[in-house]
Amino acid sequence: MSGITSFEGDQSTALLRMALSGRRLPRWGVPAAAVVALAAAIGLNAVTGIDGVAGTLVVAILLFVAGQTGWSFSVEGRRHALDRLATTAIYATFALALAPLIGLLATVVVKGSQVLSSSFLTTSMRSVSPRSEGGGLYHALLGTLEQVGIAALIGVPLGILTAIYLVEYAPSGSSRHLARVVSFFVDVMTGVPSVVVGLFVYTAFVLTLGMQRSGFAASIALTILMLPVVVRSTEEMLRIVPRSLREASYALGIPKWRTILKIVMPTAIAGIITGAMLAIARVAGETAPLLLTTFLSQSINPDPFTGPQSALPTFIWDQFSSGTDASVNRAWGGALVLIILVMVLYAVAKIIARFAGVKKL
Amino acid sequence: MAKRIDVTDLDIYYGSFKAVEGATLSIEPRSVTAFIGPSGCGKSTMLRALNRMHEVIPGAYVEGKVLLDGEDLYGANVDPVNVRRTIGMVFQRPNPFPTMSIRDNVVAGLRLDGTRRKKAELDEIAERSLRGANLWDEVKDRLHRPGSGLSGGQQQRLCIARAIAVEPQVLLMDEPCSALDPISTLAIEDLIEQLKERFTIVIVTHNMQQAARVSDTTGFFNLSGIGKPGKLVEMAETDVIFSNPTQQATEDYISGRFG
Repeated sequence: MSGITSFEGDQSTALLRMALSGRRLPRWGVPAAAVVALAAAIGLNAVTGIDGVAGTLVVAILLFVAGQTGWSFSVEGRRHALDRLATTAIYATFALALAPLIGLLATVVVKGSQVLSSSFLTTSMRSVSPRSEGGGLYHALLGTLEQVGIAALIGVPLGILTAIYLVEYAPSGSSRHLARVVSFFVDVMTGVPSVVVGLFVYTAFVLTLGMQRSGFAASIALTILMLPVVVRSTEEMLRIVPRSLREASYALGIPKWRTILKIVMPTAIAGIITGAMLAIARVAGETAPLLLTTFLSQSINPDPFTGPQSALPTFIWDQFSSGTDASVNRAWGGALVLIILVMVLYAVAKIIARFAGVKKL
Repeated sequence: MAKRIDVTDLDIYYGSFKAVEGATLSIEPRSVTAFIGPSGCGKSTMLRALNRMHEVIPGAYVEGKVLLDGEDLYGANVDPVNVRRTIGMVFQRPNPFPTMSIRDNVVAGLRLDGTRRKKAELDEIAERSLRGANLWDEVKDRLHRPGSGLSGGQQQRLCIARAIAVEPQVLLMDEPCSALDPISTLAIEDLIEQLKERFTIVIVTHNMQQAARVSDTTGFFNLSGIGKPGKLVEMAETDVIFSNPTQQATEDYISGRFG
């Protein structure tokens, strides 16, 4: 009796297993298809005119996609074949998107590190002719730090306060109309080209108000450029703070301003810092507005309020346009320093955000 | 400590929409009052109007009177911040502050009210409040861990500890157990039983058994149709509401014939 039951049990388990499983490609299927495709592509080189690494790779990838999809379709069926096709497409586009970034970083590091030295970081270009080696970007690094620093000191608080107004105060107040106008102009500012902002600062501050061409004039242009980025990113971050947290705070008898300062802002601070950093990084590489507002200089000018000041982007532009081997090398060095500067700032901001924000378990 | 609330002829509006109409009721000190009724009947709005929390929605206002021991909460010089300091609230979903530790969550209301207090004093208040919320033994070894690491029921008791740490006169609870499992619900209900010795408690609940278990007085809210304002149909001692209501609508609702 029990023997029959267990026999029936085994049979139904086997049937169930058949119903649940389908035929799949073997585990070595994907690497095998890749190897075969690569071999076939190299073989095709001899027959057709296509050669070179890039051409061979493209042919190999196409063969791999076609072969794998066809094989999968015949063994596993349509759904699995489409799944493999889509998976391959996603990985391929990912690699395609990553390639320029890695290429750019590699080029800058390789070319820039040739001139990078302590004297490159501590000397200026004063009395260094474009043809000769040596010289440095101390004057430009100093200028960028001052100009971007001043722009960040004005732009980040102003942008965060604007976002707080838009998210926390405007919807409940009587000033909805004003908020819509502010929001509209923030959008408009996002779309203004940086050279136009430079022109505006030049005409409004230098020509009309008689301000000197100086690092500070450049800072004003950079402030205008970073403001909409800070406002928008901070706005997004404040909006995702749940309303229940604000209500919990109000229900404890905590006033609104303190709720914003002590509950809402700390909850969103990691995202706000990241947004501010992206804005700073973006304007650190601006060239056009600097040429119009402070132009450039070959010597050290520590005073951002008087006289032209150099900056890393204008240093790169100036060295590159000189066109000699020595000066183009210096331009790559400038590019490397600019990238390192932005990365260091970003790393510092991430560390601050990690300790300031939401408590991790 | 605990105070009484008298509501007279209260209409509550969200902009042009009238959410509650003509509510008149009294809430006795050191008692538990439950508001029951179908969804959208205005019982949560009524609760929120008792400490002016409904005003966080733009355009909300009331007509009528809410008196706390004779003081009109909607009087000309009354600051809603002070009203909420006196009448605390616990919400449907536990909402501990994610940036703060368990201890800091409990004393958040005291640390952010503008007065300076010594650390030792805050520690003492934190312990007392956590004991009051029956949570102390479960968290005393991890006071400086984030509150988000607790279970849902523990988080809700943390929120109750946070609410009673500011020593309010009245505690409002907006469906405090509807996101919790039965064991955690039981823990909260036991806690309500203890808290009513010190506070006046008003609780909104969808769970009629809960209203019957914890409350001394029950108010039944209903609405006559979609888009119409909610009304207080009947309010009486909980035993009377559940055994011998005077209104047919109340009888229908509690016997499960609608809602």
